[in-house]
Amino acid sequence: MVSHVADIRPPGEIPPPPGAGTARDLVAVMTGFARTLRAAGVPADHERTQSLLRALSHLDAARPRDVYWAGRFTLCASADDLPRYDRVFHAYFGGLRAGRPRRAAITVVRYTAVPSGAPGGEGGDRPVRAAGASAAEVLRHRDVAKMTGAELAEVRRLLALLEVGRERRRSRRFGPSHRGRLDGGATIRETLRRGGETARLRYRTHRTRPRRVVLLVDVSGSMTPYADTLLRLGHALVRSEPRATEVFSAGTRLTRLTAELRHRDPSTAMDAASRAIPDWSGGTRLGEEIGRLLETNDAEGAVVVIASDGWERGDVSLLGARMARLSRTAHRVIWVNPHKGQEGYQPLTAGMRAALPYVDDFVAGHSLAAFADLAGLLGGAHA
Amino acid sequence: MVLRRTIRPADVDSPGQLGELLDRQAYLADEGLATVAFLALRMGRPLLLEGAAGAGKTELARTLAAVLEAPLIRLQCYEGLDGPQVLYDWDFARQLLHLKAAEAGGVTDAARLEGEVYDRRFLIARPLLKAVETQPSVLLIDEIDRADVEFEAILLEVLSDFAISIPELGTIRAETPPVVVLTSNRTREVHDALKRRCLYHWLEHPSFDREVAILLRRLPTCSETLAEQVAGATGRLRRAGLVKPPGIAESLDWTEALMTLGARELDPDLAAATLGALLKHREDHEAVLGNGFFGDPHGESRG
Repeated sequence: MVSHVADIRPPGEIPPPPGAGTARDLVAVMTGFARTLRAAGVPADHERTQSLLRALSHLDAARPRDVYWAGRFTLCASADDLPRYDRVFHAYFGGLRAGRPRRAAITVVRYTAVPSGAPGGEGGDRPVRAAGASAAEVLRHRDVAKMTGAELAEVRRLLALLEVGRERRRSRRFGPSHRGRLDGGATIRETLRRGGETARLRYRTHRTRPRRVVLLVDVSGSMTPYADTLLRLGHALVRSEPRATEVFSAGTRLTRLTAELRHRDPSTAMDAASRAIPDWSGGTRLGEEIGRLLETNDAEGAVVVIASDGWERGDVSLLGARMARLSRTAHRVIWVNPHKGQEGYQPLTAGMRAALPYVDDFVAGHSLAAFADLAGLLGGAHA
Repeated sequence: MVLRRTIRPADVDSPGQLGELLDRQAYLADEGLATVAFLALRMGRPLLLEGAAGAGKTELARTLAAVLEAPLIRLQCYEGLDGPQVLYDWDFARQLLHLKAAEAGGVTDAARLEGEVYDRRFLIARPLLKAVETQPSVLLIDEIDRADVEFEAILLEVLSDFAISIPELGTIRAETPPVVVLTSNRTREVHDALKRRCLYHWLEHPSFDREVAILLRRLPTCSETLAEQVAGATGRLRRAGLVKPPGIAESLDWTEALMTLGARELDPDLAAATLGALLKHREDHEAVLGNGFFGDPHGESRG
């Protein structure tokens, strides 16, 4: 019989669960196991633990492999949980206490006040709070990379208030309408209401929905001065359409940040997102990351916004090929390059040149004004 | 051989036995998969299978139906699925005809008419109602990740107590719950509330040995050499960073294509000619043919 040789790292060499003798012990052991899993970030709550105990009643609780599988089926909720589950299982039943998951020490990106007046920055030496309106106007067009702490705080406050509209797409769901297809159910109900007389026909037509926006923020070293602001833009996007937005960070790997950015409070959301990003300030392999984005299908029919300077460390021809696929998969591809706002900018980096043929809109992303333009673009105002 | 008789979910008494029953239908389940399917049968819980496309998720439901000799009721998910499409619908045309006939016959009693119009015979059972009404049955809810959240809410209601309430008729309840298999290619995360109703299993691509065993089991006329070469090549392709790495479904198709062309062994020309059965993206063809993946006469050294 071929069938019962496990392919997957099974816990063959693990001793039987301690004290699996009586039912009460079993409950205590499994509850402890679930608690340890929760500490490691697996969603093994009370209800799931009950499921585990029920599952074990059909299997042999003294057999480590049965415990392993039953726990995996009932306590895990996603493929992401599996490595953690394996680690905790081995640690817990192998006699060790599982430690807290190790997390690379990550610091939230903070800006030191860059002395303004760097070449290319307009009017850096001017006092910032000269007069209300003009100060705001100056701030609107200033490069966020060259801002001081107070100015940045103001930009963040304005970003937190930014409302971003959406293009609409036709949904597969129907709603009542004056034209379109005949609505059988509504017509029958109307007929019955009139005592069986088919007085008027009811119609229905497709409803519309906001089109999904996928924001990919490059968090590599060269993008460091802009990453925080761009992620705050992501927060504004998630806030205005929570169910039609996905935000990812891309560096050496692709990280989904949508859940982290769902917190209403911008600083809580930003803290959570910063902790979730494992590859701050590293290199960029955008081609690979876009390939990974395509695997998730999030880009399908969506407006994809890539915020990057196009400083590709990986294979540039791969980036071109993936961008070609992205442009066929997505509804629209917008590339936001913070450097585009600088005077005399030319898209010279190899990555940028490879990507540009497949980009629908190539826009700047260095200032509040640029973000406002981008928001307009997302709302359907095409240049 | 044992005399064949109908097997009920409660008759299966160990994961090993279920593994054998699946094997008889030419489905090779590893320990994890056999165990989770066993638990789903015994606990009456839906089974949520996630994994890459072509890993054998849908096939498991089909095979379970064959093992239990139960009809397979399949619901392919897509965005916009709603109640009338998955639960039940009224046959409006016939209802209207009935009303017209009643009108012509001079019936004016509205209450009686309403009772007549919402009769079971005017009700069309869609997959979920059909599964609740059919016993035994295997309900396959395929690619749940393609549906939207509204649909998950409908599903949640049905999967928690296997009952469907129809306001005009009353509640229809399953005496024994159907075997439910949900599959997801994980293009989005399934809602947690739904997940906690289910047993969760992640299907990986098979190991080399298992893939060889599956190829030989499904294609009995395949030579062992060819099966090993195919398993070796697909295994390497899965690590080659393709747009769409081939699943076991694709390697079965490919082997069949090779055998149809009379191959006993994998050679570069035949491989290139049949590549369309294995890889479905132009970029992947270019990548594989371009770097001479099959070009090396000894096959193993590059990739």
